Amino acid sequence: MTAYLLKRLAIALITLVLASMVVFAVLEIIPGDPARLMLGLNASADQVELLRNQMGLNAPLALRYLHWAGGLLSLDFGRSYTYSVPVIDLVRERVVVSLPLALIALALSTIIAVPVGLFSAGRHGRAGDTIAMGAAQLGVAVPNFWFALMLIYLFAVWLRLVPSGGFPGWSAGVWPALKSLILPAIALALPQAAILARVTRSALIEVLNEDYIRTARAKGLPFRAVLWRHALRNAMIPVLTILGLQFAFLLAGTIIIENVFYLPGLGRLVFQAITQRDLIVVESVVMLLVAAVIAVNLLVDLSYAVVDPRLRSRQ
Amino acid sequence: MTLRFDIPEENFADILVKAFTNRSFLTGFVITIVVAAVAIVSFFWTPFDVTRLIIADKTQAPSPAHWFGTDHFGRDILSMIMVGARNSIAVALVAVGIGMGVGVPLGAFAAARGGIVDEAVMRLNDLVFAFPALLSAIMITAIFGPGALNAIIAIGIFNIPVFARVARAGALAIWPREFILAARAAGKGKTLITLEHVLPNIVTLLLVQGTIQFALGILAEAGLSYVGLGTQPPMPSWGRMLFDAQTRMVAAPWMAIFPGMAIVVTVLGLNLLGDGIADILDPKSRRQR
Repeated sequence: MTAYLLKRLAIALITLVLASMVVFAVLEIIPGDPARLMLGLNASADQVELLRNQMGLNAPLALRYLHWAGGLLSLDFGRSYTYSVPVIDLVRERVVVSLPLALIALALSTIIAVPVGLFSAGRHGRAGDTIAMGAAQLGVAVPNFWFALMLIYLFAVWLRLVPSGGFPGWSAGVWPALKSLILPAIALALPQAAILARVTRSALIEVLNEDYIRTARAKGLPFRAVLWRHALRNAMIPVLTILGLQFAFLLAGTIIIENVFYLPGLGRLVFQAITQRDLIVVESVVMLLVAAVIAVNLLVDLSYAVVDPRLRSRQ
Repeated sequence: MTLRFDIPEENFADILVKAFTNRSFLTGFVITIVVAAVAIVSFFWTPFDVTRLIIADKTQAPSPAHWFGTDHFGRDILSMIMVGARNSIAVALVAVGIGMGVGVPLGAFAAARGGIVDEAVMRLNDLVFAFPALLSAIMITAIFGPGALNAIIAIGIFNIPVFARVARAGALAIWPREFILAARAAGKGKTLITLEHVLPNIVTLLLVQGTIQFALGILAEAGLSYVGLGTQPPMPSWGRMLFDAQTRMVAAPWMAIFPGMAIVVTVLGLNLLGDGIADILDPKSRRQR
């Protein structure tokens, strides 16, 4: 168990360090001098040189990387060129939109997908299964931003139940804020739920063919109990793997969905930063999302050990 | 180690019979052929010229003249969807090519060598997986600027670890088998064995994954074009059409409905095709996402 955990932890850390090098390297390749960008076209060469020295841009590459990475660890991402505020402040403002959105979507997707998977696996090959999986097949094919547009048209334009976009902020109260996250969360969740339902179903069907399931049935347990108690638990590993991957997709997916709904989250921040060539912001948000993806994958690896006792005892 | 039996050789006729009785394959095959045909036809003929702007005809509802209506510049939506099909297919196809071209050799190499090489390749995979396609696209755009080519590179890079994983997993299952042992006994090297014996046996897996990645590529391209990082106007693309539609949802909902349906139908067709191929060639093969 300990060896397994340590190996996973080490892999996550190595990936994180490599990823930070990639992101740093990208910033190095990008044409354009941040100092010149900040000072504008009329600045003299001396002024630019002075600022370059102040910003530490003339230090050796390795030293600059260490300085930057050290800053990340102490949550000091540097200052935004365009907003002239520390990047961490911008991130803090935006993450309270993006993170709840991704989490609500993940919860929604799980709540929809696992019961559908159970339903389908329990009726393997029958009409209910065919219909549910047909719907899932369709769900996989729907781009979430198009689905979002259709939801806006239906619920915001026609029925006027929810706002079509924008975010009042959590200070306006939890309900108004949640209300403006409902449509984006549904738009994100449904295509993911379709994938997850398919995975849950096929994992369950595979498990249901095992001998111990027959034994459980033979000792007189009703099918429903077998499905929930024995099959679902054993089918959890592929389901958890996909859930972890989906969280990564959701985090990245919020970038597009936030643009559909004009939500002031990390995604909108990145896009504005790209158009304004505010590279420190782009780099910081990308690094943050990558770190989140790595952390979630680590959590998934650890949860295997919780779900599967065989992993715990193995040395 | 589980005991393995070789599946008896099937001849081509058997496979054809299975293919044309498989609902999934048949539906997917027909849809894919139709979409491909539409894309090819768009090179020679579209109902209207998509480069000509006729402002007098702007945002017309679907009619016998314009089946899917017109956009805010008076362009025919059907014609734009036809040209967009060409664009989507090209981007997704090249991205799959990049993923296969780099990923499969990497995965096969990792499986053949094992040990530290295997470990290194897998860690590299983890690294790429840590950057969701959209994030790598954003970084690439930040360096080189937006465009279809950069969308292809971004989606292609994301495809590499997917194919590397599938190829490695497939190859690892082939290596312990008797015919590999025989080939080694005959003095063949690892590279030759990989080329002659391992790769032909994982073609099915790669084909199935290829159709899935093709479908995902079309979704990704649409997403990137939608946020302005992919194909640039005036070249019509499905994602871009949806972006244009967004602010005109109330006045011209058809601008959003039809390009979106084009994406759904195409992706659905490819996914059904992939499912079908998996069913026909190897009932045991599992889809990986």
